[in-house]
Amino acid sequence: MTAKISAAVVLAGGQSLIPVMNLRMGHPAALVDVCRIPELQQLSMTPDGSLHVGAGVRQADVLADREVGARWPMLRRAISEIGHPQIRSRGTVCGSIAHADPAAELPAVALALDATMVVRSRRGERRIAAEEFVLAPFTTVLEENEILIEVVFPPAGADSGWAFEEFATRRGDFATAGAAVRLVAGAGAVIDCRLALFGVGGRALRLSEAEEAVVGRPVDEEVLAAVHSAVESGLDPSPDVHASGEFRRELAARLAVSTIERAWERSNG
Amino acid sequence: MADSRVRTATTPPLLEPSAWHEIELEVNGEIVGAQVESRLLLVDFLRHRLGLTGTHVGCEQGSCGACTIIIDGQASRSCLAFAVQADGASIRTVEGLAPSGAPLNRLQEAFHTEHGLQCGFCTPGFLMSLTALEESGEVGKESIEEHLDGNLCRCTGYVNIKKAAHKALLGTSEEAAR
Repeated sequence: MTAKISAAVVLAGGQSLIPVMNLRMGHPAALVDVCRIPELQQLSMTPDGSLHVGAGVRQADVLADREVGARWPMLRRAISEIGHPQIRSRGTVCGSIAHADPAAELPAVALALDATMVVRSRRGERRIAAEEFVLAPFTTVLEENEILIEVVFPPAGADSGWAFEEFATRRGDFATAGAAVRLVAGAGAVIDCRLALFGVGGRALRLSEAEEAVVGRPVDEEVLAAVHSAVESGLDPSPDVHASGEFRRELAARLAVSTIERAWERSNG
Repeated sequence: MADSRVRTATTPPLLEPSAWHEIELEVNGEIVGAQVESRLLLVDFLRHRLGLTGTHVGCEQGSCGACTIIIDGQASRSCLAFAVQADGASIRTVEGLAPSGAPLNRLQEAFHTEHGLQCGFCTPGFLMSLTALEESGEVGKESIEEHLDGNLCRCTGYVNIKKAAHKALLGTSEEAAR
């Protein structure tokens, strides 16, 4: 097939790719539907406690899985913010991550939960940290002939807290800005914090200064003020039809503060 | 004789025969077999090949919900799926709710009595979204709201649509008006 078709594109749930084609903004010579490959339909938890989501797994299937929801509540919460039930019934988790829309929920969740992308081609398999996977809007490190076959979410410890919030003009719309936090606490202080902001740059991103303001301390007013100013000084979002750059920056700072506060409350610190 | 005014149409680079597919699926309880071109959208297959024109084409980008049908038990956009992807699937369209001659079902009746439609363009999508919700067994005020959110209506402002949904699915339409 690769010899005959040079421009084959992977079709997963189609909820992003088909609109692009309908709008004549993309015209791949051939599509390869991966949702019918049984090996890629696996939604499983391995003995080490991690969650494996295959490329053919629909968002609705993850949302309906009670055990997944109980152990990865951020994933459930984030998926419930994607489009509408009528979209999630076909959209896939891996498809959304590989599409890499800068305002999408799942790339940010992958970043906050330190997920690993498993990528395969005829040359073999490689594993890529969420951190390194997305390069720019709609652009990932996936090379030609490579397919994202699954995303692996590591287990969340009992001492971790989480929060996910987004602001959108209407429910179901892409976020004007959003934040996803996973925080590990112990002995009355934050041990580790991963804050992923989305909708405010070319891709979901972490701000090390905001994270560093939290680590090693209990989350209090002073820490939250430091997070607010770290986000404000670390972001320069572009304006668009939905919001000015300043509005987005302020929104992101407030979402960072409220999600970190919430994640701290949920942690056992 | 060569005529410079005659323009030759270019043949699209179809990769025969892989650009055509034999599919078999169930539509409103009937088994349908067809040959479809790769590029044919499911909504166009339903409308143009099967004549089921109750499913409407609105935005073609998944926003409006006018094309919503039920694929294997789940409300889905038929404008965001290719016909070939429906091979082996069980599909229901608005025509399946009250087959010709049958009385309107409870949901349709509620839309009628509560004036849940004006021009009617969006109605089939609303009906199919709500039918899938009803069958999922997850009916509640919040899930009704969530499913209605996935469909756009440009006429009625949703109050009566919500009333109709509440009447049919929860047995009361009064609270929905608030």
